[in-house]
Amino acid sequence: MNIEKIPLSSLPIGKKAKVTDLLSDGQLRRRMLDLGVAGGTEIEPLFKSPSGDPVAYLVRGAVIALRSDASDKILVAAE
Amino acid sequence: MRLKDKSTGAGAPCSSGLNIAKEAQGEIIVALAGNPNVGKSTVFNALTGMRQHTGNWPGKTVTNARGRYRHKDKDYVLVDLPGTYSLMSNSAEEETACDFLCFGAPDVTVVVADATCLERNLNLVLQTLEITGSVVVCVNLMDEAKKKGIGINLKLLSDILGVPVVGCCARSGKGLSDLADAVADIAGGRIRTTPLRPIYTKEIEYAVSLLQPPTEKAGTAGVSGRRTALRLPKDDTGVNLTERIVTRLLDICERIAGQVITYDKDDYSARDRKIDKVLTSKISGIPVMIMLLCAVFWITITGANVPSGLLAKGLFRLEEYLGELFNMLSAPKWLSGPVVEGMFRTLIWVISVMLPPMAIFFPLFTLLEDSGYLPRVAFNLDKFFKKACAHGKQSLTMCMGFGCNAVGVVGCRIIDSPRERLIAVITNSFIPCNGRFPALIAIITMFIAGRNAGPLGSLMSALVLAAVIVIGVAATFLASKILSKTILKGTASSFNLELPPYRRPQIGRVIVRSIFDKTFFVLRRAAVVAAPAGLIIWALANIRAGEVSLLESCAVFLDPFARLMGMDGYILLAFILGFPANELVIPIILMGYTAGGALTSAQNLSGLRSLLAANGWNWLTAVCVMLFSLMHWPCGTTCLTVYKETKSLKWTAAAFIVPTAAGTVLCLIVAGAFRLLGLS
Repeated sequence: MNIEKIPLSSLPIGKKAKVTDLLSDGQLRRRMLDLGVAGGTEIEPLFKSPSGDPVAYLVRGAVIALRSDASDKILVAAE
Repeated sequence: MRLKDKSTGAGAPCSSGLNIAKEAQGEIIVALAGNPNVGKSTVFNALTGMRQHTGNWPGKTVTNARGRYRHKDKDYVLVDLPGTYSLMSNSAEEETACDFLCFGAPDVTVVVADATCLERNLNLVLQTLEITGSVVVCVNLMDEAKKKGIGINLKLLSDILGVPVVGCCARSGKGLSDLADAVADIAGGRIRTTPLRPIYTKEIEYAVSLLQPPTEKAGTAGVSGRRTALRLPKDDTGVNLTERIVTRLLDICERIAGQVITYDKDDYSARDRKIDKVLTSKISGIPVMIMLLCAVFWITITGANVPSGLLAKGLFRLEEYLGELFNMLSAPKWLSGPVVEGMFRTLIWVISVMLPPMAIFFPLFTLLEDSGYLPRVAFNLDKFFKKACAHGKQSLTMCMGFGCNAVGVVGCRIIDSPRERLIAVITNSFIPCNGRFPALIAIITMFIAGRNAGPLGSLMSALVLAAVIVIGVAATFLASKILSKTILKGTASSFNLELPPYRRPQIGRVIVRSIFDKTFFVLRRAAVVAAPAGLIIWALANIRAGEVSLLESCAVFLDPFARLMGMDGYILLAFILGFPANELVIPIILMGYTAGGALTSAQNLSGLRSLLAANGWNWLTAVCVMLFSLMHWPCGTTCLTVYKETKSLKWTAAAFIVPTAAGTVLCLIVAGAFRLLGLS
């Protein structure tokens, strides 16, 4: 079965997915790893801010807000 | 990175100023580490009895506090490290924490973890265990976890990690004596720990086996050679290796979490999501924010009216007695003048005007802070900051500016990007601090909202005050944008912010404590700054060079320009002389107007209003004074803090010039426009 990878930023609210690739590098990549966003991590968009960006995500039990420039660089596969 | 080489190089001295020298033999050094916002400061305060500022938002502790406590006849030094997610990253606070753990040689390290989000917290626990085995894990917020139906098997967790695990609830003090016992047992060698050492993939273990012997040889006492070896491959060629280590750690955390955590409810955070829906949604997010702001102002203004009046009445009566006392003792004018009219009157002003609003505003603000609302404000406003090419966490530093701009400037350390940090530092004084905020309220009450003292009048005042704050916030965005396009060119860096679970603030304690704190703060400032300044200004107003006093001749000199800005010479001079402390601006204006004893003191706001009106104030003057109060040079303390934080005269000058230029231009435009239109 072919699993489609999409950027985290286009994952709809409330839909869980697993991280497949981190496309960022440098400090942003390290920060994502610190927050527990790595390959295989389950992530779920919870709610958007009033202007639609940033979006709050549920990662390993914590709610983390990410701007779209960061979530564009996280590829996920919906379950 | 600045500290990288030192912190990875074995044997490097501690370079972060975190060296805690043992002051007495037998003192035990305990480091307090943990993710941001897990309640480290609360644990710290509870153990040491100190009062570090606490609040429900990540990044609040940016400096390292140390305190002492005594437990069972032994002395302990507790060091509160900045919150970190990891010890492998490169942000400033992580370097600080890591350096202290590696080279500060703490006897025991307490890793505080959040019970409601244990899995993510375990990552730091495992990384700490790589450095030292003398660890106690303190699982804080057990009460919150219980409410959410999250169960944690502490015994099993302790078995897995191989170190003591103590559950606690630091806010109520529950579990803290167990924590102190566990720390004592480790320090005294009564517990032998068998810390969990993750096994990595074959390549990593091979690399470590090669690196470990030499690092151990050159190693620092207390740091395992294995840990140093694991951290060595950190440059660009080693990124993959580090990442594999981190990923492996995350896997282990997930596995441990699966074993020790049980969930009673399917959706343990349903309540938080419901609140978030109201506080951050497209329709209600921003309106609710503004309504909350107005509500806080309304309560502040309404509530402050009565005590302000009573305080003024009482203190002015005291002034009369004091005057009579001086008369009775037939004290000479050169003594009674400066003491009564100079020092005492300034004191009265500062206390009666500043104290009541501060004692009401700050408890309310602390309630919002403790509940976890402030990160949501940052979340709601982030888009504007992004447009201004600034950092979303700037809203947090702005909120700190309400208390004191110097504190706000120090708080800017939570912003990683140096460019965005500078923007936040330079624009921080657009938010009216402690010293300006009550003066704004007084002016609004006197000139804008009319003398209507009823609830309607306060509502009007609250709305105007909210509008003034919105102007300050708008100026912040505009100035940030202009800075980003000119001297601090660059694009917005990425933003990530943890939105903590809502916590019910301990209303009673917060109110009592912050009223007490603010009262103390205002009174201390009044004694230390306002009274001596009152003396000096009285001297300026009364020492005559020829026909006129020094104050008057300066005011006359400034007058033409000040008039263009919708003010007068005395007002502008007051802002200049108020450089040491913004609280002084209004007292100086009054002293200028009343110098020579021509006028009796204004004992309440309506008396004050007539005094000001007699000196040519109208509502345009009030508007211009408010705008200039909102936007002028930061006070002396703030300027000094900017210099300390940036180590640069250039940026300190920028922090001085940017708000001053904004205020001057705005006042010129407003005053000019209204005069042209013939409205004033």
